[in-house]
Amino acid sequence: MAVKMKNVPDEEYLHQGSLGCSACPEVLVFRHALKVLGPNTIVINATGCLAVVMQMAVPKVPHFHVLFENAPALMSGIDDALKAQGKREGTNLLVVAGDGATADIGLSALSGAIERNQDIIYVCFDNESYMNTGGQRSGTTSFGARTSTTPVGSVVQGEDRLPGLRKDVVEIVAAHGAPYVASTTAGYPLDFMERLEKAAKVRGPSYIHCHCPCPTGWGVETKDIIKVSQLAVKTRCIVMYEIENGVRRPTRKVSKKKTPVLEYLKYQARYRHLNEDSPALVELQQAVDDGFEALMAKMDDE
Amino acid sequence: MKAEFWNGNMAAAQAVRAARVQVIAAYPITPQTHTVEYIADFVSNGELDARMVKVESEHSAMSACAGAASVGARTFTASCSQGVQLMSEVLYMTSGMFFPVVMAIANRTMSMPVNIWPDHQDSLVNRDSGWLQFYATSVQEIYDAILCAYKVSENDDVSLPAMVCYDGFILSHASEPAYPITQEEADDFLPRAGSMERPILDPENPLQFGEVLFPEWYPDYEYKKHMGLANSINVVRDVFEEFGERFGRKYEPAEAYWCDDAEIILMGLGSMMSTTRWTVDQLRQQGKKIGVVNLRVFRPFPAEEIAELTKNARVLAVLDRDIGYGTSGMVYPDVTRVLYNLEKRPVALNFIIGLGGKDIVPSTIERIVELAEQGYDGKAVYWPDARGPEEGIPYTEGLTL
Repeated sequence: MAVKMKNVPDEEYLHQGSLGCSACPEVLVFRHALKVLGPNTIVINATGCLAVVMQMAVPKVPHFHVLFENAPALMSGIDDALKAQGKREGTNLLVVAGDGATADIGLSALSGAIERNQDIIYVCFDNESYMNTGGQRSGTTSFGARTSTTPVGSVVQGEDRLPGLRKDVVEIVAAHGAPYVASTTAGYPLDFMERLEKAAKVRGPSYIHCHCPCPTGWGVETKDIIKVSQLAVKTRCIVMYEIENGVRRPTRKVSKKKTPVLEYLKYQARYRHLNEDSPALVELQQAVDDGFEALMAKMDDE
Repeated sequence: MKAEFWNGNMAAAQAVRAARVQVIAAYPITPQTHTVEYIADFVSNGELDARMVKVESEHSAMSACAGAASVGARTFTASCSQGVQLMSEVLYMTSGMFFPVVMAIANRTMSMPVNIWPDHQDSLVNRDSGWLQFYATSVQEIYDAILCAYKVSENDDVSLPAMVCYDGFILSHASEPAYPITQEEADDFLPRAGSMERPILDPENPLQFGEVLFPEWYPDYEYKKHMGLANSINVVRDVFEEFGERFGRKYEPAEAYWCDDAEIILMGLGSMMSTTRWTVDQLRQQGKKIGVVNLRVFRPFPAEEIAELTKNARVLAVLDRDIGYGTSGMVYPDVTRVLYNLEKRPVALNFIIGLGGKDIVPSTIERIVELAEQGYDGKAVYWPDARGPEEGIPYTEGLTL
């Protein structure tokens, strides 16, 4: 069932104040996540921006900032402990982590928790690099992006792995056979809430990958951040879809008219070195087109 | 109760069952594996009402235990060697959060070169992680130490995690008679799981865990942790005393054997101390005045006991089944720290023996006694069982000073 604005609870589960950067969409969607899950929730927070932000915007639910790579393992212990104590019913166990904690250093812990069928909700906020430590590249950084460890120099310009080769955690998790997996974005918060509402109803592990443009790290003007997040979808760089019990289905209709990738990149300082004539842009556009077509071919449902 | 014939890993598993542990998370590594297999049998057969988190690494094993402890459950894991090192950063998190997790370590050396046999490198390098450390010299002591470890760790004045260490193969795989206690006795001895006063994650009473502590306050927090561990020696003494009263087996943090008139005292921890005591029995028959101190507990450090027991000796030989490369064993500096400021103190020599499972036999101990009899001659750290440049010629030269 679609989440509508008028149904979003007024109740706030974050205290006022935030250490987040101006216009940070991660804080925005985390606030929404707690509105969906409500007070009977335990949050385990992997190291990352959100853990820092939560020092001021303290959640009104139990919140534990743990280590970088062990959040899903630690939450597994909570899941099993509550089961052993006969207290598991009715509590949402939410893991929140960034792309570094999820796709890189914590991937095996995430894989283990899913394979063991732990009853947890895992939300990855993907801003495509290690923003909390100053914007180093991660396993989800997109091709050509300038980060602090993939600078634009005279020999190499930005992230130089093969254009189609970033870690696709949505499909990695789906390959485990998790009952509910979804890809969404901060630019469409109602969709994020709807995905989370579904995830909360699942028995067993659910995974939501939420694409979160970073105003500071990407060099996007604060007023443009939601637009950029939506452009990631319109340019087909990000596809919003879900995999429910193995059935793949787009959750937001993709316009037949293709918007060029440059429309998305031009708002981002991390891509300032690319222009219409850049060979790298052609490669990136090709990779996006190929990735989109391959994914759409896998969809089971319109 | 009548004696059972258990190996060390079974003794550990049986103690976990008696303690009604609620969550067990572990990853396989030789020679610890049986412990977890036995527990899996107990759970599968309904003999232990617990959940097993079958994790994909030791790092996740310790994390899952910490998670289970964060909601108040009684938890257990077992590991050794590389596995303990993989969980190293989580060891600090667990003690920093005051989670009373108990871990069995079937001591095994660290690779490389590859070696699966015992020494204490794996547990001793983590001596400063804020965990209690118990060491066993027999199968019975493994069982008893795990029960005592829960009682100490879950004391609200302590609330720190504990390692119960026993030598791989020598104790983990060798069977000995061991006397269990009944379930009723265990339930009476241990507090009910989840009855501690420490804060837990609970939606009814939301708390925030694991946040930043700035430099202004950091030393204060560390001091509390330091003093909590140091003062836990009193709880250890009380728990050992109560255990002895209830079950007849009396333990102390540092245990003296033939020490009253000893001119030379041999001090160390782990199963080698059984061999040492046996050898000293033989040497006593030859009229040699030699004593033994077994360190049953290394953290908290039994400093008072060590000072008291060694004050009249001429030479203290510290046996280390471990090495701090380039300096000395890891037990030696803690012991000499205690002695240094005393007016009357023995000469302290250090003997590195039994690394990577090299058998520590009576002749090893006799060789140490010979070297100790010579006293201090400018060299303090000896390797009496390492082979020298030529086959059969031991390195006994040691480091200068």
